[in-house]
Amino acid sequence: MQIKDNNNEYVKTVAASDYKYGFTTDIETEIIPKGLNEDVIRLISAKKGEPEWLLDFRLKAYRHWTTMTMPRWAHLDIPDIDFQDISYYANPLKKDRPKSMDEVDPELIKTFNKLGIPLEEQMALSGMAVDAVMDSVSVKTTFKENLMEKGIIFCSISEAVREHPDLVKRYLGSVVSYTDNFFAALNSAVFTDGSFVYIPKGVRCPMELSTYFRINAAETGQFERTLIVADDDSYVSYLEGCTAPMRDSNQLHAAIVEIYVHDRAEVKYSTVQNWYPGDKEGKGGIYNFVTKRGLCKGESSKLSWTQVETGSAITWKYPSCVLAGNNSQAEFYSVAVTNNYQQADTGTKMIHLGSNTRSTIISKGISAGRSQNSYRGLVRVAEKAENVRNYSQCDSLLLGDRCGAHTFPYMDIHNDTAVVEHEATTSKISEEQIFYCNQRGIATEEAIGLIVNGYAREVLNKLPMEFAVEAQKLLQVSLEGSVG
Amino acid sequence: MNASQEKQYVDLFRQARTMLARHSSPVMDAVRDEAFSFFEAKGFPSPKDEGYKYTDLRPKFAIDYGMNLNRLDVKVDPYKTFRCDVPNLSTSLFFVVNDTFCARHEHLTALPAGVEIMSLREAAAKHPSLLAAHYDKLAGQSQDSLTAFNTAFAEDGVFLYVPDNVVVEKPIQLINVMSANVDMMANRRMLIIIGENAQAKFLVCDHADGEVNYLSTQVVEIFVGRNAVFDYYELEETTAANTRVANTYVRQEASSNVLVNGVTLTNGTTRNHVTVMLEGENAEIMLGGIATVDRWQHIDNNTLIDHRVPRCTSNELFKYVLDDEAVGAFAGKVRVNPGAQKTSSQQTNKNLCLTKQARMYAQPQLEIYADDVKCSHGATVGQLDENAVFYMRQRGLSKKEAMNLLMFAFVNEVVDNIRMDALKDRLHLLVEKRFRGELDRCGGCTKCKYE
Repeated sequence: MQIKDNNNEYVKTVAASDYKYGFTTDIETEIIPKGLNEDVIRLISAKKGEPEWLLDFRLKAYRHWTTMTMPRWAHLDIPDIDFQDISYYANPLKKDRPKSMDEVDPELIKTFNKLGIPLEEQMALSGMAVDAVMDSVSVKTTFKENLMEKGIIFCSISEAVREHPDLVKRYLGSVVSYTDNFFAALNSAVFTDGSFVYIPKGVRCPMELSTYFRINAAETGQFERTLIVADDDSYVSYLEGCTAPMRDSNQLHAAIVEIYVHDRAEVKYSTVQNWYPGDKEGKGGIYNFVTKRGLCKGESSKLSWTQVETGSAITWKYPSCVLAGNNSQAEFYSVAVTNNYQQADTGTKMIHLGSNTRSTIISKGISAGRSQNSYRGLVRVAEKAENVRNYSQCDSLLLGDRCGAHTFPYMDIHNDTAVVEHEATTSKISEEQIFYCNQRGIATEEAIGLIVNGYAREVLNKLPMEFAVEAQKLLQVSLEGSVG
Repeated sequence: MNASQEKQYVDLFRQARTMLARHSSPVMDAVRDEAFSFFEAKGFPSPKDEGYKYTDLRPKFAIDYGMNLNRLDVKVDPYKTFRCDVPNLSTSLFFVVNDTFCARHEHLTALPAGVEIMSLREAAAKHPSLLAAHYDKLAGQSQDSLTAFNTAFAEDGVFLYVPDNVVVEKPIQLINVMSANVDMMANRRMLIIIGENAQAKFLVCDHADGEVNYLSTQVVEIFVGRNAVFDYYELEETTAANTRVANTYVRQEASSNVLVNGVTLTNGTTRNHVTVMLEGENAEIMLGGIATVDRWQHIDNNTLIDHRVPRCTSNELFKYVLDDEAVGAFAGKVRVNPGAQKTSSQQTNKNLCLTKQARMYAQPQLEIYADDVKCSHGATVGQLDENAVFYMRQRGLSKKEAMNLLMFAFVNEVVDNIRMDALKDRLHLLVEKRFRGELDRCGGCTKCKYE
């Protein structure tokens, strides 16, 4: 009983804590009028000075999108979205692209500083290249020259369209076609910017590539498109992290990440997602509808997704792997935290097409408050895929009696040599565990943080060091005031 | 969707509306129109409906079946023609031929006082209030268009009533036989009411006679009172031309203990659905299933366990062995409603694929809205352990024999949950025969033996 009382008090004190990253930067932005039609797409394309083939790609996607309806199968309560009430392009007004840090808008630098990623510090200390995306246009890219020496291309996708059109043309839409799903079609039609990475044959990328996304202008959807291509025998680790300022009306985010992995190449993609989840009454927050997919095209290729999902009002995200090459490997590690009125329907798809392919899925869901947290996964073994091995584990942790944790795994096995395992458990933090900590002088709040971090450790360990620290902090911040 | 599949039945319903009323009772007729309009609006489920994702029944319904709507007498005496005995298991034996209930006097009188098994029509006359209070009360909420289809077309069925505090020692056995010379559809219906503190065991065997196309829709509603113990076994041994769509709805009161076990040994296309509603605290459900399918057989078990109150326990164990080009599907959902604290739920689905062409779809799901619960599920798809086979071959067993032994052990885990020793023994034998490929016919019937 003592524990209960403590918890209640704790809830009261911490419930007042607000979203720490809620602030707006004052930068002039150029926004085109709301609405979506072919003219808007032509306008976006023209503003970005795109070639004809890309405009065609957009228009094809748009025309296909108009025939589609919003998917409703997820365990989510998605309010109707008026796609005509969104502005599809926002561009921070810039005359020239900055060549050094001095030229970067000081307001922008401040924003990044608040987020705890001072560009200059990172340049100097962490050896990371940061392709900072503020709204939709890439503003600053660092270490590009260093990477260039090795032949690595790391730039915004608009730049890539201009400078490496053949590469973009070859790979854009090759993993996620514009017909794939409703949001993929929308993104293909209106994507404004994103990152492009190309690692040439045999090159091991010497540093972790990182993009920090940030939605800034009010009521503009952000539609990034990331394309990563790892050529034969190459390796790259890519980090993506997001925070967004506080907003009243909901914001839509429909991104696409495509990863193409050639023979014996390896790609590691890590995400920390901490967009504004809405306030305690469930008002506001980002709608995050993302299509992420990697194609292990080559033999013995390897792809690893790691994600820590703590933000967004609604998350609809299934980083997937298509294991086409023989002996290819895929991994999916995920921690998804939902609090207050957040909803998350996330998981992965492992499509085994090649023989001797292996996949591992580790998913940890934590739900608190009145949130709903679902794992939805598919493991498909095609008829011709011999000796496939899959291991899936999805655990859910419930904090509070008004939240929900759900698991919807699908296993479609069409080959007898496959060994596929799925395991799931759902439980809450036991009073014994908390009591044990209390006995040893650890306060309830701290104890819960300890237990949750221990629970998610398996996944956090997979994150690069810089991220792991941030992720751990995020877990605690996201769960503050939720434990009762 | 091809609307003509529904049209056949919509027209039939309109034409036969008065006949349906004449041959059934007012209680059954009262819900008929509503169910029919539900079916008419929804149509047959397609693979786009999540629950029927892996089983497309529409082609099965497209066949032009005969339906015995006019209740013509069954020409055969099932007691003479069919025997499906479980050795050393003496049961009170009853039959349903197509959809008509047949009973023998001596079996009726052997039941303890107050226990009633009769046709639903008879029950309407004898226990009108019981029937009115229970009929379609569970199935009516299901939102399943095939259940609605059954409610619309069912004219009669089986009524089993065990009053409070009565323990039925002798298992009651019901044999469903499909028997006709032309393609035949039967809409079977069962209503089972187990009173407080009552105990009973009920075994339902499905058989199909001959090679014509059969389609049976079956809706079973089971009400289990406080503290009651009820076992419900289903054993399917039908033919490749048989389609079975069985929807079972169980409602459990506090401290009741129910076991539902479905065994599919031979069949054509089978889709079983079980919904268990745990309405009283400390209720316990054990749900099990075995499928041994080969050739082009199709088995789809779909279950929903709905924990509505705190402190209930559910256990689920399904095992499949898939051979040749068989298709297996298992979708099990456990829902823990808000407030259903201290729930303990376990679900396991294990499957063996013996050939490349065999397909398995597994979908174990948890939907949890309460925090103080222990829920887990697991699913595996794989093959027999090569090392184990090798070990046995070293010791002189043939490969076939070693595999049979392992497969037998694999499904045995489910058989061992059965709380009827004689049935357990019988199943051990049947499963073994099945794996040896000797089980073309059930072997127990005189029909099979002597024809």
